[in-house]
Amino acid sequence: MSAKIKVGIVQFPGTNCEYDTQHAFDALGCETVILWHKEDAIPDGTDLVVVAGGFSYGDYLRSGAIAKMSPIMKALKQYANNGGKVLGICNGFQVLTETGLLPGALKRNEGLHFISRHHHLKVISNDNTFLRHCEANEVVNIPIAHHDGNYYIDDQGLKELYANHQVLLQYTDEKGNIDNPNGSIDSIAGVCNVAKNVFGLMPHPERAMESLLGSHDGRRMLEGFLSA
Amino acid sequence: MKAIVNVFLKNGVLDSQGKAVLHALSGHGFESVRDVRVGKQIIIELNESDSATAKEKVAHMCEELLANTVIEEYEIEIIS
Repeated sequence: MSAKIKVGIVQFPGTNCEYDTQHAFDALGCETVILWHKEDAIPDGTDLVVVAGGFSYGDYLRSGAIAKMSPIMKALKQYANNGGKVLGICNGFQVLTETGLLPGALKRNEGLHFISRHHHLKVISNDNTFLRHCEANEVVNIPIAHHDGNYYIDDQGLKELYANHQVLLQYTDEKGNIDNPNGSIDSIAGVCNVAKNVFGLMPHPERAMESLLGSHDGRRMLEGFLSA
Repeated sequence: MKAIVNVFLKNGVLDSQGKAVLHALSGHGFESVRDVRVGKQIIIELNESDSATAKEKVAHMCEELLANTVIEEYEIEIIS
């Protein structure tokens, strides 16, 4: 590889996964920088912007709702609309749906509990940058940690997601049978936009980088961003 | 001028909190309870003198921030 891949990681007040995310991309040999939400531009030459997990603005009003009003989001929208790659993890996924960069919305978990544990996921569409190193129907093991991960989209939107290969991952058991922890429509754990440059998921691939810590399945997902 | 905004999940979008409250009430002997919806109320004080203008501005706030119209609907009441 010639030049290092440049990754910007967005930090709002209340974000708490930015340094884990930075550690993960550093471990993959990327050049990483934290982007404070008051910044109004994405640095030139950025290859990927990650909206990290946490509780931006304390989840006040709705998860991700107030974050979408931050100055950096205007720049991020422009970056994404120009084809820049964006990954939203957990609260980052919520921010991207609130902003309209991804379809659907994340509601309170059906069982109303915060869920924090490893969960199996089945790869649905891998014809994209993010999951290209995973096999279709492959089952991976990635931690989830959320209160508002109940993915909702209307019937028409759901049909479009499948037609355009925008469904990335489904919550399953280890054999790949549907196992829905939070009430998400069709057990959906992650989606991308039509142009396949904006990705969002509730599970945390940056927490699945080392076998010693339970799983290294997240590594192959993030490695999808390593070359153009 | 004051605006009272009520935000609820749309009909057809499962209201898990409403269902939990419904079950809790039924379980406590309130047998006549048929359905419960849980929403939120946002009270806004505005420097506006015209209620139509106020309502228009608050509707804009709802679309921009206060409600997520993918899953929620809102009602606005203006009190002068």
